[in-house]
Amino acid sequence: MADELICRCRKRLRSGFELDAALTIPLDRARVTVLFGPSGSGKTTLLRLLAGLDRPDEGVIVFRGAAWCDSARGVHLPPQQRRAGFLFQDYALFPHLTVAGNVAFACPRDRAAALLETFGLSDLAARYPRAISGGQQQRVALARALAAGSALLLLDEPLSALDAASRVRVRADLRRMLLASGIPAILVTHDRAEAIALGDWMAVLVEGRIRQTGPVQEVLRRPADVQVAESVGVENVLPAKIVLPEMPGRDPGLLTLQVGPQRLQCVDGGETGPLFACIHAEDIALSRDLARSSSIRNRIAGRVVSVAREGPLARVELDCGFPLVALITAQSAAEMELHPGDSVCAIVKATSIHTAASVT
Amino acid sequence: MDWQAIWLSIRLALSTTALLLLVGVPLAYWLAFSTRRWRFLVEAVVALPLVLPPTVLGFYVLLAIGPRSPVGVLYARLTGGMLPFSFQGLLIASALYSLPFSVQPVANAFQAVDRKLVEASWCLGVSPFATFRKVIVPLARPGIATGAILSFAHTMGEFGVVLMVGGNIAGVTRTVSISIYDQVQALRYDAALETSLFLLGFSFVVLALTYALQRRIWAVWPMS
Repeated sequence: MADELICRCRKRLRSGFELDAALTIPLDRARVTVLFGPSGSGKTTLLRLLAGLDRPDEGVIVFRGAAWCDSARGVHLPPQQRRAGFLFQDYALFPHLTVAGNVAFACPRDRAAALLETFGLSDLAARYPRAISGGQQQRVALARALAAGSALLLLDEPLSALDAASRVRVRADLRRMLLASGIPAILVTHDRAEAIALGDWMAVLVEGRIRQTGPVQEVLRRPADVQVAESVGVENVLPAKIVLPEMPGRDPGLLTLQVGPQRLQCVDGGETGPLFACIHAEDIALSRDLARSSSIRNRIAGRVVSVAREGPLARVELDCGFPLVALITAQSAAEMELHPGDSVCAIVKATSIHTAASVT
Repeated sequence: MDWQAIWLSIRLALSTTALLLLVGVPLAYWLAFSTRRWRFLVEAVVALPLVLPPTVLGFYVLLAIGPRSPVGVLYARLTGGMLPFSFQGLLIASALYSLPFSVQPVANAFQAVDRKLVEASWCLGVSPFATFRKVIVPLARPGIATGAILSFAHTMGEFGVVLMVGGNIAGVTRTVSISIYDQVQALRYDAALETSLFLLGFSFVVLALTYALQRRIWAVWPMS
């Protein structure tokens, strides 16, 4: 019995959209799988097929050796027998039940009480869902799914119902809770930062088809094709460490990161521990000399590896001790006469570097 | 005042409400969630009593439960009695006559329950029936209450169907509305006035109490 989830499903929706997804997730390595793709790519449809809420036109779903669906043999287990806890975008808590009632919905009270304790919800046990915050609602939904003994967690855009301020905070919590549960999770998102912060494994869905699967960093760094690259959208995802300020109190709001041999400054997102620095290729400017006379915080010396023209733009790959991709106008590239081996300086504003925590 | 008729009407209204909850709730569930193409036909049949004159409905019921009809023969074999001009026959006719009043509010309430809550329950391993009991019914309670009140009130006031199916037997089928009709026919206006006034007051108090009680119940529920 292989520890994996196999899904090969085809389903045509009434709108004419066709999902034709083939996917194998190695559950031993992929504790949290991110199902990534632009809006309308079929992410939620695929999640509903996995949960058993919809029936594929034809296909096979095998979870840890158990056939959940096999259209050729007429097998289609109802959601009750799959036990795939589904976390809806708005969490779908039962409005007529308290927090405790929601968690105990499908399990004995004492088991629910233990989970309320674990999730720090004991103080809210008597409240109704509408009287608690979005982040708390999410914890209740997760506790409810775990209380019911879910074998797999399916999360549909779990952070989209939250305001921007709480999103980053809840993100790290969510990753911690998912890992602590020990139950594999598949999570739908169209947000890069969420994918990086939450996932181990990534499956990119474009126009109803799975285009690439693999470790998150791998997929982001080496998109299999242009469509995947376009949908994941970020070219530079760099492992980084926070450098503690030598003189505490200096540069409030700024964070210094150690990336390879370089030090970069970025806006402090409040994260701690190891993280990733994400830089859009188009946010990087190139210069022949170390232009010191500007407001820009980061000047990174590097060497040109390759220059490739992409329509009106030129994609310049640099070696700065770590690989860095810059996207500049083709005209600038021509004027600068960039050739492989040239020394250049990459310039990045501190506000253009986004951090994403990597909780493990 | 004809207390016998009043008591009979209350008994008939309560029995009809109970019978309609038993039959109407499953029917409403089917109407709310079925994906069958011919669902609209059932919807139309359920709504028929809204437009049919009570005499027409009563006439058909009389034929359907008569001693020579299959239903009548079966009933006679089981109980030895007859349905027309009996309380049981009246109950069947009343239930049919009030069917749309009980089924439509309940079906609407079932349809208004967020589909995601039902699916969330299924994914937690809870069976469709338990989901119905633990999620759909509690959330549709206002609609079920409305259906029950309307059935009760509608049966309290019915006249034509009762007259067709039940006739006018004191203590068996003479309901309060028929009693008032009798009193007016006999030119006993003071008695008719007394009974009418009682029926008016009783109906108003029942409706006012129910709505007040409902508001109290929902007010205990969480407000955002």
